[in-house]
Amino acid sequence: MATETLIWLLPLPPLLAFFLIVLFTRKNKALSHTVAVSAAFLSWLGGMIVFIRALGVEHLGQEPFHSTINWLPTGDTWFKLGVMIDPLSAIVLFFVAWTVLMIFLYSVGYHNFGQPKGDHDRPGLPPHGATVTDEHGHSHTVPSVEPMYSRFFAFIGLFAFGMYLLVVSDNLFTLFAGWEIMGLCSYLLIGFWYAKPSARDAAIKAFMTTRVGDVFMLLGIAFLYSATGTLTFTEIFQPEVLHALATTQTPVLGLSAAGLIGLLLFIGTVGKSAQWPLHVWLPDAMEGPTPVSAMIHAATMVSAGVYAVIRMFPLTSQDPNTMAIIAFIGAFTALFAASIAVAQNDIKRVLAYSTISQLGYMIAAIGIGAYVAAAFHLVTHAFFKALLFLGSGSVIHGMEHGVLHTGEHVDPQDMFNMGGLKDKMPITFWTFLIGGFALSGFPIVTAGFWSKDEIFADAFAHGYTGVFITLALAAFMTAFYTMRQITLTFFGEPRTAAAEHASETPWTMTVPLMVLSVFAIGFGWVGIPEHFPGLGGILPNWFHEFVGSTLAEPPAAVEFSWIPLMTSLTVALGGLYAGWAVYRNVKSPQEDWLQIHWLQNKWYFDEAYNFLFVKPAYWIADTFTYKWMDRGLIDGILHAVGNIAGKIGHALRTYFDVPVINGAGDALADGTRKLGISMRVIQTGRIQQYMVSSLAVIIIVGAVLYYFFIA
Amino acid sequence: MEFINTHLLSTILFFPVLAALVMAFLPKDEHKLLRWTAFLASLVPFILTLVLWSRFDPNVAGFQFEEQYVWYEAIHSTFHIGVDGLSLTMVLLTTLLTPLAILASFTVVDRVRLYMILFLLLETGMLGVFMALDLLIFFVFWEIGLVPMYFLINQWGSKNRNYASLKFMIYTMAGSLGLLLAIQMLGVLFQTYDLPALYQLWPNFEGTLMGLPAATVKTVAFWAFVIAFAIKVPVWPFHTWLPDAHTEAPTAGSMLLAGVLLKLGAYGFLRLVLPLYPAESERFAGALAFLAVMAIIFGAFGSYGQDDFKRLVAYSSINHMGFVLLGIAAAAKAIGTVDATIALNGAVLQMFNHGLSAAGMFFLVGVIYERAHTRDLNAFGGLFPLMPVYGGILIFTSMASLGLPGLNGFVSEFLVVRGSWPIFTGYTAAAMLGLLFTGAYILKGIKKVLHGPLNERWVGHLTDINVRELLVIAPLMVLILSIGVWPAWIMDVINKAMTMLY
Repeated sequence: MATETLIWLLPLPPLLAFFLIVLFTRKNKALSHTVAVSAAFLSWLGGMIVFIRALGVEHLGQEPFHSTINWLPTGDTWFKLGVMIDPLSAIVLFFVAWTVLMIFLYSVGYHNFGQPKGDHDRPGLPPHGATVTDEHGHSHTVPSVEPMYSRFFAFIGLFAFGMYLLVVSDNLFTLFAGWEIMGLCSYLLIGFWYAKPSARDAAIKAFMTTRVGDVFMLLGIAFLYSATGTLTFTEIFQPEVLHALATTQTPVLGLSAAGLIGLLLFIGTVGKSAQWPLHVWLPDAMEGPTPVSAMIHAATMVSAGVYAVIRMFPLTSQDPNTMAIIAFIGAFTALFAASIAVAQNDIKRVLAYSTISQLGYMIAAIGIGAYVAAAFHLVTHAFFKALLFLGSGSVIHGMEHGVLHTGEHVDPQDMFNMGGLKDKMPITFWTFLIGGFALSGFPIVTAGFWSKDEIFADAFAHGYTGVFITLALAAFMTAFYTMRQITLTFFGEPRTAAAEHASETPWTMTVPLMVLSVFAIGFGWVGIPEHFPGLGGILPNWFHEFVGSTLAEPPAAVEFSWIPLMTSLTVALGGLYAGWAVYRNVKSPQEDWLQIHWLQNKWYFDEAYNFLFVKPAYWIADTFTYKWMDRGLIDGILHAVGNIAGKIGHALRTYFDVPVINGAGDALADGTRKLGISMRVIQTGRIQQYMVSSLAVIIIVGAVLYYFFIA
Repeated sequence: MEFINTHLLSTILFFPVLAALVMAFLPKDEHKLLRWTAFLASLVPFILTLVLWSRFDPNVAGFQFEEQYVWYEAIHSTFHIGVDGLSLTMVLLTTLLTPLAILASFTVVDRVRLYMILFLLLETGMLGVFMALDLLIFFVFWEIGLVPMYFLINQWGSKNRNYASLKFMIYTMAGSLGLLLAIQMLGVLFQTYDLPALYQLWPNFEGTLMGLPAATVKTVAFWAFVIAFAIKVPVWPFHTWLPDAHTEAPTAGSMLLAGVLLKLGAYGFLRLVLPLYPAESERFAGALAFLAVMAIIFGAFGSYGQDDFKRLVAYSSINHMGFVLLGIAAAAKAIGTVDATIALNGAVLQMFNHGLSAAGMFFLVGVIYERAHTRDLNAFGGLFPLMPVYGGILIFTSMASLGLPGLNGFVSEFLVVRGSWPIFTGYTAAAMLGLLFTGAYILKGIKKVLHGPLNERWVGHLTDINVRELLVIAPLMVLILSIGVWPAWIMDVINKAMTMLY
């Protein structure tokens, strides 16, 4: 099959799976997950074939796989849509295909396939467990299967479609379509257990917060389309088009057209990738089932935001002001989110803030022009963060097993209820450790080290000292909270009976963990800088060559310097050690000196936004618009006009109709009647009298006629 | 067959009247017979419209399938009808939605015969407006459409129906007064009401009229037209009749009211205002754009502030129709440019799309109202497990209304935003606030109805959507999806019409 045809087909299997499940197989759990996982497999297979073929093309950056169709007539021309795979999208396709397939498989185990139906489970709530009796007559409570099992697979199928669509897009229009479809799925999946008010509200919060970014992005797209007449990447990135955009001034913030478009598009990313100040939705999004957190809120959808900024780099980089804004937002978010992560106790919330912080790294990297480093961290992060989320899901799953077994009422997500899980769940522990070390940037072995080091090196080499210091501080905190998490969860003694009875999860969950850990380690080796002491040059820096060739002018590799390397080593190892040293003896939240209200409450952003935006918006809608403007003012005027018309009518009746018209009419009628009465006397009914009267009339008339006409 | 071939438009136009006449002689208690007669009768214009669509040549400028008969010779008005790409799209929308509305009314048991007859008459009234090529004929059908709708609201509506139907009737009639005067002035001046002729005569008219400069008269007449149509669209601040009328109307009435009747106003702008008043349209385009943005923003806010499900959907129409007017205003400002064509394409497609999604939304509100006998959002909650299929369909249709890419609404809103951005940059940016709150009210509806803890009151009382109801909504869903994914089949017709018309 021609590669272009294959690329067109890539997004379709999961979409087909969505429709198949919704329309036909939703009653059959096994069939539904078979359809979904097979679809994910087909897309994975196609993705790998495309990826391998892409590796074989010598100048893929200049001659990408590209195919377009006419989609919409606009005047005399057509608006075209198409698919494209260039080095950047090839590499994104690679990690998307892998993580999606792993997460689909993991979901089978996570939703307790094969377990009995719950005793009191109902759709819209997480399963509560089922009572089973074993052969000895003992009854146990075991996890029960998710009541909306098929629906989950339908939703993630639609989601995977959105992500593949976004990756293969050759234009901003379908990219935005994939972007929004993922937004919908994110909403549906965060609110998967919709009967929980917290999940329901989190879903709406996620949708609305990202929509703030999306409407700006839509304006950016409209602006770009108006200015250039196209939304296709390759046409926008023509040097003459870029030059024209860069030299057009706009009245906003002194930005050029290129800068303003870049900024508008970037605001979309701020929403989607949960950057400050639109970061508030992501931690709440942890209400969704864990595979969702892993896929949507770590590996794919939030990465799509970063991907969009990297994709638009040739345009955005035309304006240094926009780049400075991007770098600032990224660096600030990286530090800010890390500061919140150190004070969270929910295992998934730590990871959520960690994701925000790591995405900030990538955004900051793009802002300082470190194109390849940003893409590199995007890929490695997708692998190790998906691994960590799935690992945390495995931990929670193991804990829930313990909770059901013991009947103890503890929160299975609170890390202070865990401890000692290292021996209960060995596979989960080792893979989580790999993921955590990758996140912390543990030197040499882990992928995270290489990608993070490259960002440091770029920031240092290009003189962005502020960004460099901020990111270094954030990296220290990252290592610290990661080790805090690992220590609290896996080391020491179990702190609850549930943790004591936690058990390892089924193979459908552990296999994805193991596969992802291979990438969390190995993927770093494809991007070792050439001049790295000792190791540089043994393996070629393939990643830099490959992804760098996407740009018309591939960026040069930065000079090696010891300062960023030593910084990177110090913060990673120092943070890890500090985390272990502080938390190995902490048994309860009371002993944790980092439980600072300001941090625990996330700098009070939720409260502030609620006060500043959410409540006023409802007031404007309900009171101002509806009660005051529509009901009060506009309808008030209408009713007043109606009343005045009524009053005028009434007045006309009282002062004109009744006295004048009716009066005249009545007078006429009365007069006639009176005349009639007075005339009645002559109506006697006697022929003789009539004859006499007639005769008299004839005589009179005759006399008058004679007098006037004859005489 | 020969007759139908040569009189295709008039057959489509008058078949519903014929059917209504026949129905008048059917026994009034045979509800089943009456329903099926009305439904099958309303399918005939739809099928003929498909024939019309297939025979229509989008590459030909001007009107096709024209018919012209002597009508009112003394004042030079002829019965002249015809279609171009713009009216064809609207005719399709009308003949599609009418059978669906009738099918949605199968549960009506009160005076079925009269009810169905009114729907058929309404269809002719609406079709007449879209087909008319004579100003007087246009006005006659414009007014005819009002009458059945008035009685549908007034006789089959809910609690506050008297107020709502009166407001609807008086408001629209008040708007029509100026329109009628302006039309008569044109007729007297040029001794013809024929639209293609007036397209040439009136915009080029100069000199004085009734002792005033032509420009002044044109300005006054322009606003007379605009106000009549603005009330119908409805444009902020003439919109307050709409939430009342929609909320009180029976389900099928709301479907047609939102689906087609609102389009009459927008159609008036496109068919009459822009071609007859190009200079005035350009001059006052800014004012129209301002009103459009106010409609977009306050329509969305108004919707978000509702606790009545039907009223929420009603306000959403104001929000969505605002985009139609924004596109029209942008096009009026820069007629002839590519931006204008894109904006007009978006506006017309938005008319069609809103017809689909608003009719769908009102129908879905009706489905739940019929079962629960309440529309109070706070009385629902957590109904998803009780009505899973309904829930899925509601989310689908809501997303179309919200403008999710992949469904129809996005394509048209994108085109309007794209088209008006270079022309009215500030207004387009301000409209984004409305687009943001579109999300807010749509999600509010879903949250209050489907999500949250199950309200135990409804367990055992609410049944899922049934087959007849599925048949009503399914065609709408198919069209919503097909336009979202592959809009070229309809956009080709619209685009060519817009390119040739302006």
